[in-house]
Amino acid sequence: MEQLITLQGVGVRRGGRWLVRDVDLSVAPGEIVTLVGPNGAGKTTTAKAAIGVLRVDAGRVLRRPDLTVGYVPQKLAIDWTLPLTVRRLMTLSGRQPASAIATALAEVGLSGHLEAQVQHLSGGEFQRALLARALVRRPDLLVLDEPAQGVDVAGEAEFYALIRAARDRTGCGVLLISHDLNMVMAATDTVICLNGHVCCRGTPEAVAGSADYLRLFGPRAAEGLALYRHRHDHEHLPDGRVRHGDGSVTGHCHAGDGHHHEHGAGQGGPGAPPAHPEARAGARSEDARQAEATDA
Amino acid sequence: MLDDFFVRALLAGIGVAATAGPLGCLVVWRRMAYLGDTMSHSALLGIALALFFDTDTMFGVFFVATMVSVLLLLLQRRQALSTDALLGILSHATLALGLVLVGFMSWVRIDLMGFLFGDILAVSKADLVAIYGGGAVVLAGLALLWRPLLASTVSPEIAAAEGLRPERARVLFMLLMALVIAIAMKIVGILLITSLLIIPAAAARRLATTPEQMAVAAALIGAVAATGGLYGSLHYDTPSGPSIVVAALGLFLLSLLPLPGLRRAEAMR
Repeated sequence: MEQLITLQGVGVRRGGRWLVRDVDLSVAPGEIVTLVGPNGAGKTTTAKAAIGVLRVDAGRVLRRPDLTVGYVPQKLAIDWTLPLTVRRLMTLSGRQPASAIATALAEVGLSGHLEAQVQHLSGGEFQRALLARALVRRPDLLVLDEPAQGVDVAGEAEFYALIRAARDRTGCGVLLISHDLNMVMAATDTVICLNGHVCCRGTPEAVAGSADYLRLFGPRAAEGLALYRHRHDHEHLPDGRVRHGDGSVTGHCHAGDGHHHEHGAGQGGPGAPPAHPEARAGARSEDARQAEATDA
Repeated sequence: MLDDFFVRALLAGIGVAATAGPLGCLVVWRRMAYLGDTMSHSALLGIALALFFDTDTMFGVFFVATMVSVLLLLLQRRQALSTDALLGILSHATLALGLVLVGFMSWVRIDLMGFLFGDILAVSKADLVAIYGGGAVVLAGLALLWRPLLASTVSPEIAAAEGLRPERARVLFMLLMALVIAIAMKIVGILLITSLLIIPAAAARRLATTPEQMAVAAALIGAVAATGGLYGSLHYDTPSGPSIVVAALGLFLLSLLPLPGLRRAEAMR
């Protein structure tokens, strides 16, 4: 099958330093390729080079002619001075029929938010709106840079299921960037682990088990699997107490309880935000965990 | 009717305000207010050069404002100084250069105050043609560039990734801004042009739920401010350019009040 994009020995150099070098990758229609790697590994740089947002300094990038790209960038803050409804966001880069907009919003569960101002959406809703905006273009290639930021752990799995469903339905290729392989494992076909260069690649299972991957992320990455396979068995009440799965209420949660990583030592305890689909606590502790892994 | 200087002033003010409003929205969204200020301050250098080479002042202003924005783009690439420092240098350096140059040319008599604060009551029929012709070009250009400009305001990366060529749109936007400055200079003067871009746009913010509504509202608010300011200046015998800006300020303050029609937007915040 013809590849949507192919990168051959691509390198990007800025300020006399190679941000990434010797990257080979391709995305076929219907394929989900995930780029993982620590902060500063060049994941975003690679994705931007792939879609032509960044000029490359070495190698070449081949894109299928007339490739339609749907892009969800990593950081996006919409200033309050710009009035923007969700409906208007959907047509940001091209006209769309109302029915297509309605369908795309329904797919991500935002049907009721057509006239909402984007600044009033929660972090998770905003990310889903951005996904819908990319999908409404019926892209050949969906490029998603950490699309589940601001989405908590439970919502994150749903979010990746959404991406996979979109791929299954439309047959588009997906280039996904994630800091956490364990989270996207179920939704990905090929994993490329980056650290300034391609450090290893293969199926998610193969990469997760590879020595290179473990060296890069440290032994905690392997534990991650177990961490994410728990169920939410307790809930932090507004008064700081904890309600457990069996209905009992105590002053604090225990090491054996689920989702402990979500309220790590620094931010846990009384007053910590309760687990909620839109709570950002999850995303924050993700970063903290990743930083630890990188230092290791 | 056009023989009446006040009617000409009124038409000129409304024409400039209707053009500056939509463009000003983009200036506000893209946080380019200081760039607008810099380009308009450079207008005095444009006037001085136009007088020196004996060409049309509007052309001189357009030329220098364009040069300043090109210079800024080049200096930004060097990344030696932050953008606001560069703008600060360009803004006052061009204003000072213009003043010095005008001082040197002892053989020309110019009304410096007229250039700095506007001389709308001296608008000629030829000026009106320039204002409406230039204004039509600016609005047509904005309409053509609207989608790439808006998309790159939200995210330059999305615009680039999805084929909207934001860099080209940005350069063309600079040209439109230089053109607006050239035609607005007569109305409110070099020092107050930015206010005509920004205040109506700011006043329109709470009336709008989409970017397009805000652009239209800013044009209307600007036209109302121009009309109100001119009648005010006639009635109270105040300088006309500053009076227009004061009227715009009044409308902006009015838009901040919790008026009944605006409650919904307020509740949603």
